[in-house]
Order: sequence, then C-alpha cells, then structure tokens
Amino acid sequence: MAGHHDEFVRLEGKIFTKSFFVLLTLVIIGFYYIGVRYVKGIGAVSNMSDGYPWGIWIAYDVATGTAIACGGYAMAILIYIRNHWKFHPLIRSALLTSLFGYCLAGFSVMVDLGRYWNSYEFFMPARWQINSAMFEVALCVMAYSTVLIIEFLPAVLWSLENSRGETLRKVSAWLHPRLVPDEAKLASGLEWVRAAAAWLRPRLDKVLVFFIVLGITLPTMHQSSLGSLLLIAATKLNPLWHTGFLPLLFLINCIYIGYAIVIMESIISSYAFKREIEYNELAGLSRIIPWLTVIWLSVRVGDLAYRGQIGNALKLDFYSCFFLLEFCLVAGGSMILFNRRMRRSPRWLFVTATMIILGGALYRFNVYLIGFNPGQGWHYFPAFPEVMITAGVIALEILGYQVLVKVFPVLPNPNKHAASGHAQKPAGLPPGAVPQGK
Amino acid sequence: MKSQSRRDFFKMLGLGGATLLASSVPAMANEKKWVNDEALGMLYDATMCVGCKACMATCKRVNGDYGSLSYERASFDPDGLWDAPQDLSGSTRTLIKLCKESDSRWSYVKYSCMHCQKPSCVSVCPVSAMTKDKVTGVVDYNKDTCIGCRYCQVACSFTIPKFQWEKTLPQIVKCDLCKNTNLREKGITACAEVCPVGAITFGKRKDLLAIAHERLQDNPGRYIHHVYGEHELGGTNHLYLSALAFDKLGLPTLPDNAPAEFSEKIQHTIYKGFVAPVALYSALCFIALKNQKEQEKNGHKEDGE
Ligand code: SF4
Ligand code: SF4
Ligand code: SF4
Repeated sequence: MAGHHDEFVRLEGKIFTKSFFVLLTLVIIGFYYIGVRYVKGIGAVSNMSDGYPWGIWIAYDVATGTAIACGGYAMAILIYIRNHWKFHPLIRSALLTSLFGYCLAGFSVMVDLGRYWNSYEFFMPARWQINSAMFEVALCVMAYSTVLIIEFLPAVLWSLENSRGETLRKVSAWLHPRLVPDEAKLASGLEWVRAAAAWLRPRLDKVLVFFIVLGITLPTMHQSSLGSLLLIAATKLNPLWHTGFLPLLFLINCIYIGYAIVIMESIISSYAFKREIEYNELAGLSRIIPWLTVIWLSVRVGDLAYRGQIGNALKLDFYSCFFLLEFCLVAGGSMILFNRRMRRSPRWLFVTATMIILGGALYRFNVYLIGFNPGQGWHYFPAFPEVMITAGVIALEILGYQVLVKVFPVLPNPNKHAASGHAQKPAGLPPGAVPQGK
Repeated sequence: MKSQSRRDFFKMLGLGGATLLASSVPAMANEKKWVNDEALGMLYDATMCVGCKACMATCKRVNGDYGSLSYERASFDPDGLWDAPQDLSGSTRTLIKLCKESDSRWSYVKYSCMHCQKPSCVSVCPVSAMTKDKVTGVVDYNKDTCIGCRYCQVACSFTIPKFQWEKTLPQIVKCDLCKNTNLREKGITACAEVCPVGAITFGKRKDLLAIAHERLQDNPGRYIHHVYGEHELGGTNHLYLSALAFDKLGLPTLPDNAPAEFSEKIQHTIYKGFVAPVALYSALCFIALKNQKEQEKNGHKEDGE
C-alpha cells in the first residue's frame, strides 16, 4: 500500500537460466499442439468425446488451476479482512501467481471453446442466461483477471518510475545497433513515463482497496459457482460428489488450497532463489489451514451421512478409493498441521502443504472427471497432445513467474522484515539494492 | 493469532458461506407448473418398428442442407451415399439401433433429442444458444450464438447434444423436431412422415399420452406397463413404448425430478436480485477500509502470535 513499496524487492539474477530453456521447450511443444487444434479441430489433439465433453483442460486448467491460483484471494482475506498485516509481505508473490493462474485459465478456455469466435456473445446482455452457472463463472473470472492486473499495477508502476531504460537499450542494441534510441530522446521519453507512473501510483494506492475487496468478492462468487457447474449433472456425477453443497465445498476448498499454495510457493522460492524462509509468516499461515479443512471435512462427511452414502464411500470400489484418497490427503495434512512443532519445520510444512494441495485438487478432479460417468460405455483418458497443451500452459505459468520476479519488486524484502522493527529504508532505494544470495 | 480475529474470520467466511448454506437445502416441492401438454412431440413404439432406418435416412436428407452440416464422407464414396453411423454424432440426429436381449427377444430403438419439458441443456447454456419454444416446446439450437463450451453435453442426461470433434469450425448437432425444415413445410417431422409402419406418431403431448395409455390398456401383454418420458426428468415430449425394459434399450432409468430445477433453485437463491454479492462487497469494503485506516495509523504493528 501507500509508501510501503520497499516491503518488496526485485530479485537480482540472470533471466536466461537453464530452467528457463527447459520450460520454454515445454511451452513451445504445447503451443505447437494448440496450433494443431486450431487447424484440425479439437478431436485431433484430444480424447474428449460426446460422453466426456470436458477433459483435463477444464478439469485441470480451469477448475483446479484457478483453485491453485487462489493464493491471492486467500491472502487478501487474511490481510485486509482479518487485519493481519504481518502477512502483507507475502501478498505480491501470491497475487502474481493468481494473475498467471487466472489469465492462463482464461487462455485455456479459449483453446477449449469449440466456437471461440462467438465468445463475444458473453458481452451481449440479450444473450445472458442467468440460470447458467457457467455464465456467472465466465463473467466473474474475466472481471477478476482484470482486478488482478490492477492489483499488480503498483509493482509495475514502481519499476517504471525507477527504470533507467537500460533493458530497453540493451534489447534494442541486441536487435539492431541502429535501433538504439539516442540519449536525449530516451531521456525525455523516460522522463515522461516516469512522471506518468509517479502521478498514477499514489492515486491508484488510494482506490486500490476497493479493487482488493472486489478481488475478494469475485472469487467468492465464481469459486462457489465452479462447484455449481456440476449441480446439473445429477444423473451423471457419482453421489459421493453430487450434492447441493457443491458450491460451499468448492469455496472452502479453494481457500485452504490458496493458503497451502502460498506456503509451498514461498518455501520453493526460498530454496530456488536462496533466500531466507519466512518462518513466522508460514507458521502463522499453516495454523489457519486445519481449521478450514476441519469445516470442509465435516460438511463433506455430514452430507454423505445425511444422504446415506457412507456405505458407498467405504465400499473400496473405484469411486470409493478415489474418495478415500482425497479424504486421507486432506485429513492427514491437517492432522500434522495441528501440531505446533511441525508447523515450524520447513520440511513438514512443505509435505503437508503438498498433501493438502493434492487432496484438494483431487477433489476437484473427482467432481469434474473421475466421479463423472455418462454411462453407455464412455471412457476418457487424456491424449498425449492434450496433456502437452496443459503442460505447456503450466510451464508458461512458472516461466512467467520466474521472469517477472526479476523484473518487478514482488518477493518480500528480506532485510526489511527480518529486522522485525521494520526500520524504514532510505527513500529512493535503488532497485535490487538488497539482493540476498544470488 | 488472537481468538478475536479468528472469530472475525469465521464471521467473514460465514458471510460468503451462509448464503450458500441456506440455499443448499434442495426444495423440490415445486408442483411441475411448467409442464406443457400442448407441446409437440413424438411417440415411438418400439414394438411396431421394423428397423428399416427410413427415418434415419430421411432425417439426414431433410436436415442435411440446413445449418451448413456436411456429413461424414468415406474416401471411397465421393457422393456421400454410404453412411452407417454407429451412434448419434456431429452428423447424425437420429439413430435406430437393434438391442438384443437373447436370440429370440430383441427390439429396435430410436434415439434422438427427448425435447424435455425442463431441459437441462437450455438451463445451462451460458449464451442462450439452446432455447425452448414456449408454444411448441421444441428445444432448438442456434449455432450463431453457441460458443462451443459443451456444457449442454455435460448437462443432458441422455447425452443427446453431439459435438463435431473432427471439424476446424465445429458446432453442436441435435434433433430440433425439423423446426426449420419438414415441420415448417409440412407440419410434421420427417421421420414420422416417412415411417412405413406408423411406429412414430407425431402430435401434441396430451394426445400422444392418450394414445400411449390406450395401447397399454388394449394390449397389456405386449408392452412394459410404462410410458417412458411421461414422468422422467419432469417429463419429455418424446415418448416411448416398448416390450423390453427401457434400460436395456439404452434409455437410462431416471428420477422424476428435473436436474435443472434442482440446480436453478440453488443458483437463484445465491444470486437472487444480486443482493448477496452486493451485500458481501459492501460489508467487505467496510471491514477492509476500517482495517486499512487502523493499519496506517499504527504503522506496521505486528499482530503477534
Ligand atoms: S434430451 Fe438433452 S438435448 Fe434434448 S432437450 Fe433434453 S436435455 Fe436438451
Ligand atoms: S456448447 Fe453451445 S449450445 Fe451447448 S451450452 Fe455451450 S454455448 Fe450453449
Ligand atoms: S422409419 Fe419407422 S419402421 Fe423404419 S426404422 Fe424408423 S421408426 Fe422404425
């Protein structure tokens, strides 16, 4: 928020690392198959059928991917609504992952839509069909992606304000020596951009909170509606998953996945970028998760009992095994997190966060694919190109994150909140002046 | 973490959850006020059908030139004469199948859209590309608005809407009761018109039901005593009579409630007049602004563990 931009730092380091190129290869393969899809039709790259009209693009990229992208949502609740400002340093990296998750979910939808050229129909009020959960999901997701961009703007503006045009100069020199803008022109241009950014930033800071709250309301709506999407499939979705509580279950599910993702992400980036782990913040976060999962599990079990499905849940057939797996992952992860000591160990934090994410994601997969049975001998298992498209999208997400944390101040400033007194750094801190590790 | 703030948190969670919770209790008492017995439909009598597939061929011929549908062609058959679909598909709206119970007991069955009284496909289509005509009850598809999300396929309990997976510019295909072709020109569906043995009766739902029950009455030994579609999913306009159990014919055993009624009830309760989202937004704004002010006053005060 206003004046707290030194809470975050830009990560120093090369952009073109080895992992960059590995990810890039995956992205290129994925995009090749996306090209094939647009030329030869969806059937050419996927195993979807009339019985299973939604495959992993919807089940993973949209239904699960947006839950994994709920870190920004979960953190915003914690900070702005629950008033825990000590978590504020974690918000930008969470926002950035959310931004990627949602934009790429939107992108996957455009790959998945058969008649994508008609998608402008969503903006025609005459066509609106308010009975459709998908209509609600689509509008909310589009709106939320916009909100996420706005929420992330301060970081971009900060970089613009502090840029000295070096990257621009380097890139243009690399493209062609003649393209290098002359000093005077560049200086005046930069001056202008900097002034504009400086003008915009405080104004944006003032109204930002309204966007942040919008960024809490919209996911509340569409995450629950992602559950509502399958309400209609009363005759196809296995009773272990089909219930009127789907919206509520999806909502709570995305919040605990959100916190788990923030924990996991921050541990991974501590290792990958060789930074100090934010122990206090993570321990605090991990305390919340089991409370949420306990509510979720009680609704889940209570509902099954109410509908007399407990027997089916323990039958150990195909469906019951997937139910039990999902249940054990979530319950197991939460049990461990109830233990105070475990919450302080990065290894256990990582293991439990992974369990919770896997369990929560499996729940969504169960609802969208595994528990879905259209009858009449239909089967679905994703085709290789179909998987590669999803893999390409995920790779793009990680790649973008890796690059952007080196371009914009996103990660928590280790110096700043390690010294918990929050000593103010001198104003005009040069970008990346506090690199930790490499 | 202060227990105070934990309570706040649950309070806030409750805001989002309460509306959902309240709605999650299905209330199905609705007295099917939407059933329209004047709607058009067909009665297919499987005991009369001789499996000549004249209806299938005619359906393709009549509806073929409508809606830029070009049918699957085998490479050795440039004129498109050879066509033996295995199932309903992006180029097949109606299909006759033979279902064998044993060597001596078998039956034909005709698949096509059931034209539900409360169609799931219409309920879920986000851009109103699936519509139901209020008077005729015909469930129609408009390719010019369809975005190809395939939600209608997920929703339909009979898995009727088919997608053209193999096409670069695909569309959904399903029976529309010849709305723009035979029905408009001759007032009857092509399949019912062409059937040589009268296995398909075309007419208003109430008349079809009367005929069906009359046949059941007159030949109790001939039929399973049930008109498939009379009550299934709240009623359909396409009705069936059969000698074999309906699930043997690939017609699923379904409850009498329309899934669309259940899902719409929940969706409507949450979003009634858009009150809940607006209330949620205002409440959250109030809390967030208050917190932010407090925060700015105190600086970065730690709210400790
Ligand atoms: S049978 Fe399926 S496609 Fe036809 S009206 Fe009913 S829900 Fe729609
Ligand atoms: S595929 Fe087309 S008709 Fe079916 S729900 Fe989506 S937009 Fe509607
Ligand atoms: S035309 Fe009549 S007899 Fe021939 S297959 Fe169709 S319904 Fe059966």
